[in-house]
Amino acid sequence: MQYQLKINGETRTVDAEPGTPLLWVLRDGLEMTGTKFGCGVAYCGACTVHVDGTPTRSCQTFIEDLADSEITTIEGAQDKVAQAVQAAWREKDVVQCGWCQSGQIMSAIGLLSENPKPSDDEIKDYMHGNACRCVTYVRINEAVKLASQKLEA
Amino acid sequence: MNINVSRRGFLAGSAATAGALLVGLNAKGVLAATAQASQVTDFNPFVKIDADGTLTVVIKHFEMGQGTTTGLTTLVAEELDADWNRVTTEFAPANNSKYANLFFSMQGTGGSTSIANSYMQYREAGAAARDLLIRAAARSWGVDPASIRVEKSVLTSGDKSGHFGEFVAIASTLTPVEKPTVKTPDQFRLIGDATLHRKDNTSKTNGTAQFAMDVNLPGMVYAAIQRSPKFGGTVTSFDDSAAKNVAGFVAAQVLPNKAGVVAFAKNTWAAFQARDALNVEWDFSKAETRNTDTLIEDHKALLDKPQFNANPEITLDEVAPVLAGAAKTIDAEFTFPFLAHAPLEALNCTIEPIENGVRVHDGCQMPALTRPTVAKILGLEPEQVEIKTLYAGGSFGRRANPDADYNAEAALAFAVSGRKVPVKLVWSREDDMRGGYYRPMAAHRAKIALDADGKVIGWDHRVAVKSIMKGSLFQGMIKNDIDPTSVEGVTESLYSVPNFGIGLSDFQTPVPILWWRSVGNTHTAFAMETLMDMLADETGQDPIEMRLAMLDPNGPNQARMINAIKLVRDMSGWKKGDKRGFACHFSFNTCVAVVADITVTDDTSVHVNKLFMAVECGVAINPDVIKAQMEGGAGFALTAIMRNEITLADGEVEQQNFPDYELLRNGEMPAVEVAIVKSNNAPTGVGEPGVPPTGPALANAIFAQTGKRIFDLPMTKAGFEFV
Repeated sequence: MQYQLKINGETRTVDAEPGTPLLWVLRDGLEMTGTKFGCGVAYCGACTVHVDGTPTRSCQTFIEDLADSEITTIEGAQDKVAQAVQAAWREKDVVQCGWCQSGQIMSAIGLLSENPKPSDDEIKDYMHGNACRCVTYVRINEAVKLASQKLEA
Repeated sequence: MNINVSRRGFLAGSAATAGALLVGLNAKGVLAATAQASQVTDFNPFVKIDADGTLTVVIKHFEMGQGTTTGLTTLVAEELDADWNRVTTEFAPANNSKYANLFFSMQGTGGSTSIANSYMQYREAGAAARDLLIRAAARSWGVDPASIRVEKSVLTSGDKSGHFGEFVAIASTLTPVEKPTVKTPDQFRLIGDATLHRKDNTSKTNGTAQFAMDVNLPGMVYAAIQRSPKFGGTVTSFDDSAAKNVAGFVAAQVLPNKAGVVAFAKNTWAAFQARDALNVEWDFSKAETRNTDTLIEDHKALLDKPQFNANPEITLDEVAPVLAGAAKTIDAEFTFPFLAHAPLEALNCTIEPIENGVRVHDGCQMPALTRPTVAKILGLEPEQVEIKTLYAGGSFGRRANPDADYNAEAALAFAVSGRKVPVKLVWSREDDMRGGYYRPMAAHRAKIALDADGKVIGWDHRVAVKSIMKGSLFQGMIKNDIDPTSVEGVTESLYSVPNFGIGLSDFQTPVPILWWRSVGNTHTAFAMETLMDMLADETGQDPIEMRLAMLDPNGPNQARMINAIKLVRDMSGWKKGDKRGFACHFSFNTCVAVVADITVTDDTSVHVNKLFMAVECGVAINPDVIKAQMEGGAGFALTAIMRNEITLADGEVEQQNFPDYELLRNGEMPAVEVAIVKSNNAPTGVGEPGVPPTGPALANAIFAQTGKRIFDLPMTKAGFEFV
């Protein structure tokens, strides 16, 4: 079936079966591979994108449910909050293997868009769903704090 | 001499001056630069400098997050005095001699050796390039080479100055020195700079970093494999009628080795669905069919009569009379579960047909293993197999496999596909959890003999574990029937222990096992450091002071460990009677000492507040990367020690995905304070050594607060929960 999706401000036409997860539409269909596959069961957060501004697990979001939605992926994360988060991630040298980091960043952008000055506990709670096998959490939390300061400045 | 016209230069439209200087060790190990592109094949370039002055460092060790693209680059940029912001990296192609790991004599990454083996090689490559550029500038300006200074990719003499690229053309006509002079540590500008940023941190924060799973090629088909639910099972027949109902399904075929059935499809999602829909009949006659409990008991039974003596200086029989005459003994038995590596990028490999061979797209950890394995399956010469190394989304040992298992699977799938189009094999998370190659299950039994004064007079230590290396391509590492990875950490203990008998039994099971970040040390350090804590408790000694007393300061590694222990003791403010946990361990030529600060509620609910870690790893090339590896290594250890295990029921893995193999989450990770012992010695490993001492430090903290010893991992088995 043909579907029209609004991704990163553009309308994209894709051919996919109903029930296909957005994750695989992005990665295989549209060759937008910044969004990562980690578990397939919405448990690790590697596949996080924004659907209408809300961090969403794309591995359990299905193509037929997205007709009227605005989808933002890491490739399209360019607003002020995104820029602050990415700059903070680089300053703190958060990444190791990097596979989870698109998802971490999309969640962090979601957090700071909702709550520009989160407490330490609020950061840990919000970011709990994004697993990092390299265990970069110490730096992730420092980077979220730094991004928050950048946005305040 | 070799000068390559760079693509970058062509793009800039400055072909007349466009050039690239390539410097490295040639096949004979002699530094060389060369001007003929045709010579590139027998030439080993680590350093390329384009006409615009951009330095490209060729990285011979794949990047799984451990920091090779930053570390190896630092070594070259240091000697060249390059501008860090004008340095880029590329991964080396497969070439087993030119890009060999100098410790392995083959191309591959592992054992925390990337910096250690490359330290002089990459520095000399940078120094040779610097020397050529200086002489080129001297000739160009008509000045004495000694008058030229280099800073941030710019050469200066008097009022003359120019960037690297301006001298590439002349430099490529000069003969490089055979043995370039490298800097002395006091001249380092980049080495030791904690503010240097990772080379991969832009592409990994904007989605552009290319991992193997990100490969998309025209006409590519996707493959997923249904493997035997019991290890060692083989396919007898299959029915794909249900798979045919999956949109995008292409075909299904039995793999030539009967290890599974591969489903081909038009995308990954369809491949997974079609694979799941295959109905496969299996022959389990040679398969593992035991339960975890039985496997544990079978390991313990092997401790009664060890097969091999792992300490050539003394046998267990010789230690027996010492034990019999002891005033007191300390006895303990430990068990360790199978563990999955679970890199977050699940295994995958793409094989693409190219003229006269294939190209393998892989986060390739061991090109020396992948290349011949793929070649053999496809009936090709190794030279016909090109390897395109991409970023790897973690490994923790999983991608360094003597069997090159997932590369071999991809080659088998490509072979049965007809070899006309690229085939991308992708593992799901369930494949990863259930796919074997685990950290082996292990059991230890120890008896420490004390005299009437509480002094150690003998130690009987026994290990039962399946050998990683026996029967593998690494068989040559076996000495006197001992697989060193089975007992490392006991045999290499730094402590002065008299009459230290060490016995080993090899466990047999079809469950495939593999090294897992820090290998044998994952279990040996836990046993040894728990025993040391028991010894301190039994004899009323401070655990840190007791260890210091058992380390001979005249031993070079003991002296390093003493420095690490004292550093962590001081930074943590450790006091006698401290209710925190201490452990230390020597592995991969590095010393790490850890103090764990925890809070226990209701005797069983544990929160890890903070870890203090001190590391002695020789000269610290990238202090911030070392710190990151200590943080990550500690977190990796905590995850496993607390609650991870792969269990079998009738030979079938019970875990499916992360919900039943819980990774450490944000909020569970303690604060970590890392200190690095200052040293100008050659650098040693950092990727693995943070793992071994962290688990026992936590266990010893739990004992300090609850009086309860933990002998069977994971800790959840002892009734602890982690909050």
